[in-house]
Amino acid sequence: MNVQEIDSLLPAGSYYFSGNEAATEGAIAAGCRYYGGYPITPSSEIMERIAVRLKEVGGVFMQMEDEIASICSVIGAVWAGAKAMTATAGPGFSLMQEAVGYAAFTETPLVIVDVQRAGPGTGQATRVGSGDHMQAKWGSHGDYQVITLSPWSVQEMYDQTIEAFNLAEQYRVPVFLMAEEAVGHLRERMDVRPKVKILNRLKKKGAPPFGTPEDDGVPPMPSFGEGENLLVTGSTHNEVGIRKTDDGNAHERLVIRINNKILKHRQSIIKTEAYSLDDADVVVISYGFTARSALFAVERLRKEGKKAGLLRLKTIWPFAEELICEVGKKAKKIFVPEMNRGQIAGEILKYAECDVVSYCQTDGEIIHPHKIVEEMRSLL
Amino acid sequence: MARDLEAYLRSDVKSTPFCPGCGHGILMNAILRAIDELHLPMDKMLFVSGIGCAAWIPSPNFNADTLHTLHGRAIAFATGAKMFNPELKVVVISGDGDLTSIGGNHLIHAARRDMDMTVICANNMIYGMTGGQVASTTPLGASTATSVDGNIYRPFDLCKLVQAAGASYVARYSVTQVVSLKEAIKKAMSTKGFTFVEVLSPCPTQFGRRNRYDAPTDMLKTLMESCIPVEEVERLSGEALKDKIVTGEFIHG
Repeated sequence: MNVQEIDSLLPAGSYYFSGNEAATEGAIAAGCRYYGGYPITPSSEIMERIAVRLKEVGGVFMQMEDEIASICSVIGAVWAGAKAMTATAGPGFSLMQEAVGYAAFTETPLVIVDVQRAGPGTGQATRVGSGDHMQAKWGSHGDYQVITLSPWSVQEMYDQTIEAFNLAEQYRVPVFLMAEEAVGHLRERMDVRPKVKILNRLKKKGAPPFGTPEDDGVPPMPSFGEGENLLVTGSTHNEVGIRKTDDGNAHERLVIRINNKILKHRQSIIKTEAYSLDDADVVVISYGFTARSALFAVERLRKEGKKAGLLRLKTIWPFAEELICEVGKKAKKIFVPEMNRGQIAGEILKYAECDVVSYCQTDGEIIHPHKIVEEMRSLL
Repeated sequence: MARDLEAYLRSDVKSTPFCPGCGHGILMNAILRAIDELHLPMDKMLFVSGIGCAAWIPSPNFNADTLHTLHGRAIAFATGAKMFNPELKVVVISGDGDLTSIGGNHLIHAARRDMDMTVICANNMIYGMTGGQVASTTPLGASTATSVDGNIYRPFDLCKLVQAAGASYVARYSVTQVVSLKEAIKKAMSTKGFTFVEVLSPCPTQFGRRNRYDAPTDMLKTLMESCIPVEEVERLSGEALKDKIVTGEFIHG
């Protein structure tokens, strides 16, 4: 893995950005030099800003004819050597799912920012939701893994976009920044550091680009035009890329590796934050914008002398199952407030042995801090 | 494949996947011969294809970078690769169902953008790989697995479609017109902008057997009889043009 510390293109210092602007700057800082996109609320500001920024840094911007073309053009650009991304919201994310599976199976590193809105269907385009987590995990057919991150602030829209590119390159996998409308449109202060740590894909001339001796390895990745006579296909393929559509062993080997390369390394991928967790009787497990309300609630309840704690999931997939198992052994109750009908609470139920209380709100509004205070107080 | 073109093929690929009587082998030959005569370096070429029989012409046969994509999306993938690395000579080779039905939107938009790439559409007028279903290019009245009483919808005129969308070079030839076909591919590959060659390629397995062509040669003979040069169209009356396929260059570049 080629790790670089580079000077930030944006002068170091404080900025007053919206989340969508911050994600754009994170992408530019991480080395994104191709963007293919299609307008959709509430993500369009990313496309508008990156159209200008890519021109400034010598990258390529394409507004495509639809979201399917957007993600497919991103995959094409990545194999031509780019770090590339697109941004979208629920309906566009749905359209992209076939290509997500293609990217996972061909081990194409790319980033999608999904600024989630209230679904399903066209839903409420300008209002907040967080209902795309299961789709992010299971949206395409077949068995594969992706990595998804869940930012709670404008700072994290910047930091996690950089991290998304680094993880994509490290594991040759699609990485999704699962933003929510509330953080995409939030404006607050964020800091740009003078140096940015970036990871670049591994290249090794002549090495097979689609196989490793290990069952959890990440092969090196050449680009088109390097004389490698690359064979990229979304059909089952062997380590050099030859189609193996009748070979059960080849399929099994490939499917296992693209799953294992993420799952077996989940401890180094997953990031969480704990607040007042050690002695907590009631633990709120939260992610994304809702975790801001959850932190307020925990601080308020602690002031009242109540033993409340917060576990914040910065990574949603792969899932922090070991940690949740541990929390479930110590806590009396786990409270899970979500802007969906309990998508992550259902996952927590699989691993926590204590009571798990799901709180669902799907009215296109953020979950108010006082609501979480009230609900947790009733559990303490 | 002719011996003199072996260098263009991967040494570990021993046979083509096409059915007996399929026209795609002739098309493969015409494409490689065009590249050979133009002296295009294969290490700077990118062949992109979608899903279907024609998508297997370049992948894995051609000794160059190949990108075998999703059904219908070849042109969208190709657009990203070409835009990021303009040094690549991008050629999309795929079928009629792939490029013009499921992928129709990408086709017209790439033509509208005059995206610098060559698209070669192998038109067998049917969905071959999936078992012979009606396509957007199936002639009126033709019998298919999903139009057993005859196709009731008009087919696209692909050349007119792409021409209207703004392509820089547009031609149609049949695999029975091998020299003209090769010359058209050469012209398409050496013209800047979006260039399109529609290639009529018979599918005896799926189309022929359902439409009273008893042998692959019957399909080839019918193709030879129905193709008329575009220059002759003006001299012929409406009745004489019935069931004819107009071939030639429609936009010269």
